[in-house]
Order: sequence, then structure tokens, then C-alpha cells
Amino acid sequence: MKRVQFEHSAVPYLFIAPQILIISIFFLWPAAQALYQSFLLEDAFGLSSQFVWFRNFEDVLSSSSWTRSAIFTVVFSVLVSVLSIAISLFLAVRADEVIRGAKTYKTLLMWGYAIAPPVAGLLGNMMFNPLMGDLYKAFNSFGFEFNHIQNANDAAFVVILIAVWKQVSVNFIFFLSGLQGIPKSVQEAATLDCKSPERRFWTITFPLLAPTTFFLLVINLTYAFFETFGIIDVSTKGAPGGSTATLVYKVYVDGFLGADMGGSAAQSVLLMIMVSVLTVFQFRFIERKVHY
Amino acid sequence: MFRKTLMAAAAVFALGSTAQAATEITWWHAMDGALGDVVNQITEDFNASQDEYKLVSINKGGYEDTMTAGIAAFRAKNQPNIIQIFDAGAATIINAKGAVKPVQDLLEENNVAFDINDYIPGVRYFYADSDGKMIGMPFNSSTPLLYYNKDALAKAGVDVPKTWQEFEAAAPKLKEAGYIALAQSHTPWIFFENFMSRHNLQMATANNGYDSTDVKILYNNDALKDHWEHVKAWKDEGYYGYYGRAWGANQDAFVQQKVAMWIGSSGSFGGLRKSTEFDFGSSTLPYWEGVGDAPKSTFIGGASLFAFSGHSAEQDAGVAEFFKFLTKPETQYYWHKETGYVPVTNAAYELAKSDGYYNESPDAEVGIIQLSEEGGEWTRGYRLGFYVQIREVIYREVDKIMNGEETVDGAFATIEEEANGLLERFNDTYSN
Repeated sequence: MKRVQFEHSAVPYLFIAPQILIISIFFLWPAAQALYQSFLLEDAFGLSSQFVWFRNFEDVLSSSSWTRSAIFTVVFSVLVSVLSIAISLFLAVRADEVIRGAKTYKTLLMWGYAIAPPVAGLLGNMMFNPLMGDLYKAFNSFGFEFNHIQNANDAAFVVILIAVWKQVSVNFIFFLSGLQGIPKSVQEAATLDCKSPERRFWTITFPLLAPTTFFLLVINLTYAFFETFGIIDVSTKGAPGGSTATLVYKVYVDGFLGADMGGSAAQSVLLMIMVSVLTVFQFRFIERKVHY
Repeated sequence: MFRKTLMAAAAVFALGSTAQAATEITWWHAMDGALGDVVNQITEDFNASQDEYKLVSINKGGYEDTMTAGIAAFRAKNQPNIIQIFDAGAATIINAKGAVKPVQDLLEENNVAFDINDYIPGVRYFYADSDGKMIGMPFNSSTPLLYYNKDALAKAGVDVPKTWQEFEAAAPKLKEAGYIALAQSHTPWIFFENFMSRHNLQMATANNGYDSTDVKILYNNDALKDHWEHVKAWKDEGYYGYYGRAWGANQDAFVQQKVAMWIGSSGSFGGLRKSTEFDFGSSTLPYWEGVGDAPKSTFIGGASLFAFSGHSAEQDAGVAEFFKFLTKPETQYYWHKETGYVPVTNAAYELAKSDGYYNESPDAEVGIIQLSEEGGEWTRGYRLGFYVQIREVIYREVDKIMNGEETVDGAFATIEEEANGLLERFNDTYSN
């Protein structure tokens, strides 16, 4: 086979250099540091350290609390992503149909976007406070015997509820603009061919929204993995019994609060691997079904 | 005009040079809100008391944030002179060889008179090494106390329980009067660490961890497990309110008169006085009559000040000067009165007594009385690595005991296993 040789110019490298530099400084360098740290047992102040190969990984993987946290993280992330995508899609489709007062609806639905995760956590925490929380009282007045302080499922419900609520508005914005990007002509043609709005949605609108949905799936999973930290720290702190501690929260507890550098570095490396695998999986298997 | 400018410039220059003459020392602390105001006042007073050193105190958030900030700064070789480290983090900083200068050395090198016996017994050796040399300067020191709602106890016709046996007799009457008898705000500190101290039980091998980092935890013992069997039974009977791990949630239950008695810190006194609408009193931490040789003195909680190494002799002298100022009876008495933390020296305690402070507010003395109670072999304190994580394990397993997911025996077996795993990791990290 004959290889085609192109003349190389330095200009393109020059243009991508700033981006590469930023990625190197803020991602590659710290990631390499974490990887190196994960093979060390080092005191918090960095005065002595020893290379211990995979000791930190063995310690992490053999602890039952890490396994529990990993399982919770997966369940939590899937539920948060699926629920917040589904709810926001429903809201976006409905809001798109509204003619009178459309702006007001849309603005109100987007509002949540402006709230930082810890603030959302704080709001949720107050609403579920056993002594004065309205939602806590409401659930119990319906006879649910709701107690997230002691019941692991109830606690998971609380953090999922807050996390979904926080994310719905972000997804809503994307879905709404996605919907508005669907050409009117396509929709009108579909209306002529098919009477059922439900069928029209699944056969025409939803496939056309697939790129948006896929993008949001990636974004939401990352959100559920990493950004929900603030919600958990402010609301449950991983209680009861470590049942609502996500992997990121555990990294924080062991590394920042407990000053176990090697152990928490090993946990972050494992987390990095998990997220990479997940992302590759998404792009290989789910993206194939998406038509741009 | 030109002359005026020149003179002004000269004046500015002169001012600048006098300001530079004072050696600046920095103090990172974890005291915010009202406590932060008191720290700022002490800082100002110190700066006004002399002109050789200028102390700058900076709040770095909570205990954990402050420790993390200190660690990061030390690794970047940019550490402050003084850092406040909380009880559970003490092992981390003390065992990192060379991170801090022992307070006793620092004071002696700078010719500040020092005698460890000037400090009250419960405080004296908590932050000392195994030879009894003081490493960290005890700062905000508190101890767990029982607070009780006087109206509730009168309504039920019961006295303040001194022992858990008395508590068990009083609890049903309080329930009848419409109260949950008890809640507490810090499970590991109150119902683990201080349980051991109060009953004079050994908490860990190697002299509670003071002699070595090669140490095993001794929580999995019958006395402590028996206590937790009782707590679980109290909860099931409606005598014990469990509002999760948050300090505030449990305190609120007392403030809102859902529970009649609450165990918090001696430092909670001031806050309670502001938030409660009923008459309350404080009493010593209950104990089991006949278990160990209770009652013995409790451990302190809170934090101490460490002098980071790697600073000039001049700055270290400033730190010594500040510690001297901080431990003066007048400073300690001011701190005690404003915050509710106990005074750490005998002289300050005497000053508070002679000033008649305890006549007007007798509850302020309960903490220091409890810390001055007879000590035993196992009441000086503990020094355990990764203790922050061990406390997390305790929180987690107690949640499981409370919601019935795990038996007391099972939970304590897990606590023992995981705590020992953490201690082993700590030993492997710090012993060489």
C-alpha cells in the first residue's frame, strides 16, 4: 500500500497547544500524581513514604464498606440519570406545547439550574428534618413510617429526590432547545400521517432528540458520580450505616477528613477507571444507536 | 510642596519600618461564629500587650478543614506557625516525625516557665507523648455533660440520674410525663471514648496507644457491649431518642422539649442558654454502678495548638510568647467565661472561683469538676491513628444497631475488625 505523505505545518499544533496545556496541567498531571500516590503509604505531612505496590488497592477492595459504596453509587447514578432525563423530557415536551404564558413556565422550570448542589442539599435537609421538615411530616401523615435517619432505603430516596430535582432543570434546557431544533415541516408532515400524538412522539420526536438524550446521559452520569457530593455532604453524610455514601464521598472522608493519602488515592484511581470504562461503553454501544 | 511630599514620604517610610520590626506569626484555627470573635479578641489583646510580635489569626473552617489546610500548607512548605488540631486528629500530626515542635521544648528553649502540673489533671497528658512531655498546647477543652430540663424532671417527679441504673428507674416516669428520656449528640465521643474513661477501662493496647502505633483497639468488650444492648432496648422502649449522627439534630430535640435530658459538651452551655425557653441544669456524665471502677474522670474533647516546625527562631520565640499569654489565668478565665470551654490551668480555675463566677452560674463549673475527678490508669486520654475513620466506622455500625440491621455483637465485631485494619495501616505508614 502506498502511503500518502502530507506536508506538516507547525500551525495546527500551535492552535491546540493551549488546550493541551490546560488538560495537562489540570487533568493529566494530577491524575498521574494520584496514580503515583496510590502505590505509596505516606504520612499526611509527606515526611516519610514507602512504595507498597498494590497494598492500597487490596485494602480498598477487601473492605465491605467500599463494596457497599460502589453498589450504591451505581444504583444511585443510574436512577438519578434515568429519572432526571425522563422527568425533564416530559416537562420539556409539555412546556413546548404551551402557548399562553410559555415564557413564565420555561423560566420557572429553569430556575433550579441556578442552585448549587450544597444549597439543594441544605433545602432538602430542612424539608426532611424530623423535627420540623414539611416533607418528613407529610410522608408520615400518609402513614408511610418514613424515617431516613434510620432507614437506608428512605435515606437513598431523599438523596435521589434532591439530586434529581437539582438536575431536572439542566436537562430541561437542553431538551427544550432540542425540541425547538426539530423542523416544523417534519412535525406537520407527521401530524398528517399519524393521529396519535404519543406515537408521533416515539417515532419522530424522540429519535430526533436522540443526540441530545445521549449527551445528557453522559453528562448526568458524570453529575451523579461526582457533583452530587455537595448534596450528600449536606444532607445525609453517608448515613445511615454508610448506605448513602457514594464513592466520591468516601474518597473525601478517607483522604480529606482522615488524612489517608494512599488509600484515598487508590480509591480515586479506581473511580477514574470505572468512569472511563463507563464512558467507553457509552460511546461504543449506545452512541451507535444515535443518529445525528 | 515638594518638601511636604518628601516629609510625607519619610513619615510613611518610618511607619512602614516600625511595622516591619514586629515579627509576624500566623495562627490557623477552626473557631468560627461567636467562638471566632473570642479568638479575635484574644489575638488583639495579645498584640496590644507587646510590640515585638504581631499575631495574625485566620479561621480555616471546621476542624477537618483546618487540618487539611495545614497539611497542604506544610507539604507546600508554607505552613503557619500555629495550627489548631482536634482530638481525633492529634495522632496524625504527632506521629508525623518532625512536623511539629513539642510545645514543652519550645517554651523551655524560650525561657518561659513551664510545669505540666500547672494544668488541670484531665487536660494535662492528653496531648503529651508517652514520657509525659507536652507536645500540643491544650486549647479549647470540653467534656461531655448531661443537661436536663428541670420542668420535665419535676413533672415526672424524678431526680437527675447520677448512674445509668438511676436513669433506668426514671425513664418510664419521664415517658409517662410525655418525654423521651434521653438523647446525645456525639456517639463515638460520648458513648465510646468517654464510656471507657468514666469506667476506667482500657481503650487500646500499648497504653491506649501512647506508647506505640502498633496497637489494637479494645472496644469489643462486655461492658461496652452491654451498655449498647441497654441503649438499643431504651430506644425500642421509647426512652432514647436517636436523631442520627448530626450534633444539632439531637440538641434540637432537647431544645424543643421532645427529650428531657441530653448529653452534649460542657461547651454547649452558652448556646443552650440562648436557645432554650425553659429552665435547665447540667450534671456529670452518668455511669454504670459496679462496672469497672466508675466513676472516674472523663477525657477532654476539643482541640489543641501545635507549633509547626520549619520556622525561624525569632518566630518560634513569638509562638512561645503567645502561648505564655494564652495560658495566663486572666486569658483562660476570659476564654472560659465567653465560650464555656474549661480553663486549662489550675490557676485559671482558682481565679474563676475566687472571682465568684461559679456562684452566679454554678453549671459552668460542672465540666471542670468532672475533669478534676479522681483519675485512673486509663483516663489520661488516647492516641490512635486514623481515628477519624474509626469514628466513621462507629457511626456507621451504631446506625445499624439502631435500625436493627445488625446485632450489638455483630456491630462490635465489625468495629473491632475495621478499626484494627485501620490501625495496622496507620502503623505501617508512620512507624518508619
